[in-house]
Amino acid sequence: MVDLVFWIVVGITIASAVMVVQSKQLLYSAIALLFTFVGVAGLYIFLWADFIAVVQVVVYVGGILVLIVFGIMLTNKITSVNISHTSVQRGIGATVVLGILAGIGFMIINTPWYQVAATEPAQTTETIGRLLMMDYLLPFEVASLLLLGALIGATTLSRKED
Amino acid sequence: MDSLTNYLFVSAALFCLGLYGVITRRNGVAVLMGVELILNSANINFLAFARFGGMNITGHVYALFVIVLAAAEAAVALAIIINIFNNFKTINVDDVSQLRQ
Repeated sequence: MVDLVFWIVVGITIASAVMVVQSKQLLYSAIALLFTFVGVAGLYIFLWADFIAVVQVVVYVGGILVLIVFGIMLTNKITSVNISHTSVQRGIGATVVLGILAGIGFMIINTPWYQVAATEPAQTTETIGRLLMMDYLLPFEVASLLLLGALIGATTLSRKED
Repeated sequence: MDSLTNYLFVSAALFCLGLYGVITRRNGVAVLMGVELILNSANINFLAFARFGGMNITGHVYALFVIVLAAAEAAVALAIIINIFNNFKTINVDDVSQLRQ
């Protein structure tokens, strides 16, 4: 049963990712991206990462996807047919990417991965909080500075000049 | 489902699809979507190794940082794309080869 759910989640993720890169309509790509993000959040839950799954839904679906839809709306006239956009060099791109996929697959199969048996943690949030506030305090603060910089930079860039 | 290679294959597929999007798409927003797919695949890898490789919660912290960077990157990239659209009236990344009009 759990296996079935896992493969359904994987199927949704991959199929909607294909839709993202293939769809002629940019808005359809954005909506397919929603399903990809939700599917990836489901995979996080299978990987015992409940907190990261929630963050994924909040930040990606609630933030980045809305930003992307805004970007589409602001750079296209929604009433015109010209929302579609062209892809170029599909053949060469597909060949190169399939080659890379074959290489990665070969590597995955042939590498003896180091694995340890672990038990599912009751909760991850507390440990993540401890790690962020103790071991990773400096990267945490740098990330907050970076977000502030990105916030100010994005506002400055997108403002109309007087 | 309880196998590391399953997750690695899903992540590899997502990475390759994202790369394909970045290579073939000519719309700036669509290229950005490809980059988001690639970042998600990296996150799946972090969490898969955190569960199966004995990294415990440290991998989760790294995934959190990746999400933070993705949010910052999306905001700045869309600001740049909207600026390009205002200046050039197009967001075809092939047409935008100059830093000024």
